[in-house]
Amino acid sequence: MSMNTQGRPTAPGEAETSYRPKTFTGNRGLDMEEPLIFEFGHFDTMGVDLDEPQDFAPELGQHARVAELELPGLAEPEAMRHYVRLSRNNYAIDSGLYPLGSCTMKHNPRLNEKMARLPGFGDIHPLQPLSTVQGAVELIDELARWLMVSTGTSAVAMSPKAGAHGELCGMMAIKAAHKAAGRDPKMVLVPESAHGTNPATAALLGYKVVSIDAKDDGTVDLASVKATLAEHAGNVAAIMLTNPNTCGLFEREIIEIADAVHAADAYFYCDGANFNAIVGKARPGDLGVDAMHINLHKTFSTPHGGGGPGSGPVVLSERLAPFAPLPFIRKTDDGPVLVETEADTLEGEQPFGRMTAFHGQMGMFVRALAYMMSHGSDGLKQASEDAVLNANYVRVGLQDLMSLPFGERPCMHEVLFDDSFLKDTGVTTLDFAKAMIDEGYHPMTMYFPLVVHGAMLIEPTESESRAALDLFIATMRDLVMSAQRKETDRFSGAPYLAPRRRLDETAAARKPVLKWTPPAPAEVTPAAAE
Amino acid sequence: MRYLPLSDTDRGDMLARIGVDTIDDLFADVPEKARLNELLDLPRRAGELQVERQLSTLAAKNVAAGSVPFFVGAGAYKHHVPATVDHLIQRSEFLTSYTPYQPEITQGTLQYLFEFQTQVARLTGMDVANASMYDGSTGTGEAVLMAHRVTRRNKAVLSGGLHPQYRDVVEDISGMADDTVVSLRADPTGTEDILAQIDDDTSCVVVQSPSFYGQLIDLKPIAEKAHAHGALLIAVFTEVVSLGLIEPPGAQGADIVVGEGQSIGNGLNFGGPYVGLFATNQKFIRQMPGRLCGETVDAEGRRGFVLTLSTREQHIRREKATSNICTNSGLCSLAFTIHMSLLGGAGLKKLARINHANAVKLKKDLSAVPGVEVLNTAYFNEFTVRLPKPAHDVVEALAEKGILGGVPVSRLVPGDASLENLLVVASTEVNTDEDRAAFASALKEVLA
Repeated sequence: MSMNTQGRPTAPGEAETSYRPKTFTGNRGLDMEEPLIFEFGHFDTMGVDLDEPQDFAPELGQHARVAELELPGLAEPEAMRHYVRLSRNNYAIDSGLYPLGSCTMKHNPRLNEKMARLPGFGDIHPLQPLSTVQGAVELIDELARWLMVSTGTSAVAMSPKAGAHGELCGMMAIKAAHKAAGRDPKMVLVPESAHGTNPATAALLGYKVVSIDAKDDGTVDLASVKATLAEHAGNVAAIMLTNPNTCGLFEREIIEIADAVHAADAYFYCDGANFNAIVGKARPGDLGVDAMHINLHKTFSTPHGGGGPGSGPVVLSERLAPFAPLPFIRKTDDGPVLVETEADTLEGEQPFGRMTAFHGQMGMFVRALAYMMSHGSDGLKQASEDAVLNANYVRVGLQDLMSLPFGERPCMHEVLFDDSFLKDTGVTTLDFAKAMIDEGYHPMTMYFPLVVHGAMLIEPTESESRAALDLFIATMRDLVMSAQRKETDRFSGAPYLAPRRRLDETAAARKPVLKWTPPAPAEVTPAAAE
Repeated sequence: MRYLPLSDTDRGDMLARIGVDTIDDLFADVPEKARLNELLDLPRRAGELQVERQLSTLAAKNVAAGSVPFFVGAGAYKHHVPATVDHLIQRSEFLTSYTPYQPEITQGTLQYLFEFQTQVARLTGMDVANASMYDGSTGTGEAVLMAHRVTRRNKAVLSGGLHPQYRDVVEDISGMADDTVVSLRADPTGTEDILAQIDDDTSCVVVQSPSFYGQLIDLKPIAEKAHAHGALLIAVFTEVVSLGLIEPPGAQGADIVVGEGQSIGNGLNFGGPYVGLFATNQKFIRQMPGRLCGETVDAEGRRGFVLTLSTREQHIRREKATSNICTNSGLCSLAFTIHMSLLGGAGLKKLARINHANAVKLKKDLSAVPGVEVLNTAYFNEFTVRLPKPAHDVVEALAEKGILGGVPVSRLVPGDASLENLLVVASTEVNTDEDRAAFASALKEVLA
């Protein structure tokens, strides 16, 4: 049977086209209001079928649960609909350009997901006999090889769970190396433009963070590094630098900085968050880097998943290699062997300890290796070049209207603007970003790095086509001109067209509500009681 | 290259628009002596089929848990995950979204995080939970650092029932931070005298129940003694399903509860990614590590969710942050939330009963094997057996017979003769009567 469309015109009727009905449900067409599971689930509902176990006498001793367990359950269709509806309130790379500077929101290939779910990778236990997981050990070893070759280093600690965890790992290796040499320096140099994780990591290990200056061109001041090293001679453990830096610029004097740091018996920790700009173009090992984490979820495309999981392997120079944490892989004539405990170490292997239970983010390793193999040496280089090309294309498309804090020079994979082009418009960086949402874009990174006023850091990545960049540039130009015409309504109340308008973050922090609690029963008023 | 949309024509036009001759002009800041003029010494690009072939070959060398009778636990557990979970977490909008820094267009992530936090708080019996840690072991390290901030002391006492690799994580970060750790020796039966270790310098006592060895531990007296000395009790678990059947740490006086959430919604994945659960009491929230999702309203008064209390975090607070954590386990916490929503409290209890029942049956079957002694009296889905010979050899022999029969304690705690014959075995809902029978008969042969 086919639908009879005769006499059913699809054109709108007489109603005013700008009319927006206030709906009974609060829904707006496909835009659904969805309650919390606690508001519609039931304590006796289940979306799984399980048989009650028969014929056994519990052996729980005195430990059986007496406390309530008030968790609502959902039948499978209810769960499916609930989470599908929630998903529709999210922006995602798969649905649009996601220019978050420093975060590298590139395409996440689905081949990687498929490979990670092979039972031989996804369904193996970290502590089953090593003889039954040799393929897994080989995969880790193979990824390690790709990482070492592309960074020009001689060792890699694979277990860190994310970038910040990798920083901790690298800095722990540095601390261990100093200790082994009979030194106990107390300071770590960090430029102001650094990611917040850098000073937080140094402080976690008891180091005093010493800030170093940037030059007017946005790069680290070599003279300031040298002066600080001299001032605190013998007391500096390391410098933590991001390269390319958080202004999207390659540190031109990086080799001289590394030399100065090494001459002061200190180590060079490189924050590898921006490694994606230079894969196949330059190797951190050749720049004097001693330790660098690689965010597999940035450079090598493992999905960000709404905030994780990540993976942060740390490549190490020859000087730091002996201190790599457990577990690590030792090459033998019989293939790679996983070394899990200190008791199994050989002479010269001095692991500083262990970062985590088990062996790291295997699921992410599979995805990253699938990505690297797909690209190959030629594709990896091309991806870096395209990322840099796209960022510069955005730069020249916008530099006459927006303001570049460090002048019209080429950037790497991301381009940094400040807010001086918004001066006297009444529009802030935040307002501008929220107006981008109405245009269907995720905002760029804002107010970071801290060294630039009202920073806007745009990273288009290599995943965008020229047409997509052209539309993005045209949209940004339209927004800038609108702001400069002082069409402030478009900005101050934005976003108007997202699932939510601007949210009150101050109220959220002042009186934190961090979980759902049942509403208090309505008070029985005299009128209601009657 | 299939992932790169630019054509060579595009590239040429774009370089012209930028005003440079070659792509290398954009890399001019790279010091000349460090520029790579040749391709990396790695294979060239590969098509999907080719990559799939190579990786499948590696995968085929491994024995998948689902393909054999499987009794391995010790911190990671083989459970059945409903198909719905894996479908939903692969929705583009969840999978390819970033940390929800722009709440207007990430309410999907934020709302499930709020549901996750509520589920974890209720499950553990605590006031509040955060939006996840990397895993149970790193979460335990963070819990100890948090206890030091709360108590302004720096000595942690670790139970001998704590997972040995969790212990290592705590000891190593503490050593680097110049904090003190007192680690009790391995305690398979839960008979250690941890109370004697608690004094006025103690910041926290870290106790795992069910312990690494499977023993259930009464936390109440430990909490009381700790509190009497101004110390905190950090309760740890590695098997979250146990909370369906045993008294939650929150009801026993724990101040911080931290554990591994992998069992719900997440596969084994050779050890990661997993999801760390972290809960505490209301009065400590400003000392918590990690992200927190909170409720608020938007400009039109509609309920919405945001990341909150971020003044604790590294991107605001830098060297004064409560932790350096940034990325956490977002998607794994979604898998947890969805699976937990499908189970509900009733389903979790039932799943826990099935796990316990299977362990009770396994204990009976293994106890009947000559020379095997079960060490634990009260346990959930895991226990420790003493074998008449080194457990490592037994496990290898069992593997040759196609049975993955547990974790030798010596693999994690080498060099202690008293532990060499101990084997930790786990049984979950995936084990059948046939699996158990095969395990017991193979063990009998191996020990004969």
